[in-house]
Amino acid sequence: MGVPLDWYLVLSGVLFAIGVVGVLIRSNVIVILMSIELMLNAVNLTLVAISQSLGDLSGQVLVFFVMSVAAAEAAVGLAIVIAIFRNKLTVDVNKINLFRY
Amino acid sequence: MLAPNLFLLFGSVAVVAALGMLISRNPVSSALWLILVMCSIAGLYMTLNAEFIAVIQVLGYAGAIMVLFLFVIMLLNLAELPRLGRIGWNHALGFGLGVVVLVQLVLIGVMGTGEGEAPVATAASAGTAREIARELFTRYALAFEVVGLLLLVATVGAVMLAQRKFV
Repeated sequence: MGVPLDWYLVLSGVLFAIGVVGVLIRSNVIVILMSIELMLNAVNLTLVAISQSLGDLSGQVLVFFVMSVAAAEAAVGLAIVIAIFRNKLTVDVNKINLFRY
Repeated sequence: MLAPNLFLLFGSVAVVAALGMLISRNPVSSALWLILVMCSIAGLYMTLNAEFIAVIQVLGYAGAIMVLFLFVIMLLNLAELPRLGRIGWNHALGFGLGVVVLVQLVLIGVMGTGEGEAPVATAASAGTAREIARELFTRYALAFEVVGLLLLVATVGAVMLAQRKFV
């Protein structure tokens, strides 16, 4: 009746790897932030699956906290994107090189 | 046999939508694909009987956070799409690193847990709002307050960073 735990772990591994590739190969900083959100979602899926498998609710409480921190991170990250765009008029990470020289 | 079929449906939708987020050139389409990923992950939480997490996944992630992303994309008004450049060595390197991470995670997921083959035993009461609130407001009450403070600080910081006179 139930789904094996391995299936959830493999699925969240696939989603996490897609997020890693998104961070590494995309140059739009907004898409990079979205890939980070995708990785956080993959980890949340692992936490909920293992929490239900062990019968321990602490994993789901941790997912709640991860969501709150992700909301804070998205707000601050997007504010930084707006501040950078106002100066450099771009969101391409290859053209944002404030610390380069 | 409802749960494995639902898992396959939501899981395949999630993977396809994540790939769509990865390869779409327009940031708005990326955000819409990511909303689809989050909704299907909420469906996966429902197959795990984690109702509360599924609901706040839709409300918090697919609602609030993605609306924030879409709002910023609209605000920046990125007119032209990025030109399709040649695939450089850094793209190949990034893709290779992603494949390495994928292989590691799948190997750990398949071999790491001794009880992986057994189906996830989901108690019907685990994951309801009542059970999670009992944990959240007793054992994790201090962490809950700290997260509230973190959200306040993040709000103040975002408002300050987005001001015109700041940078």
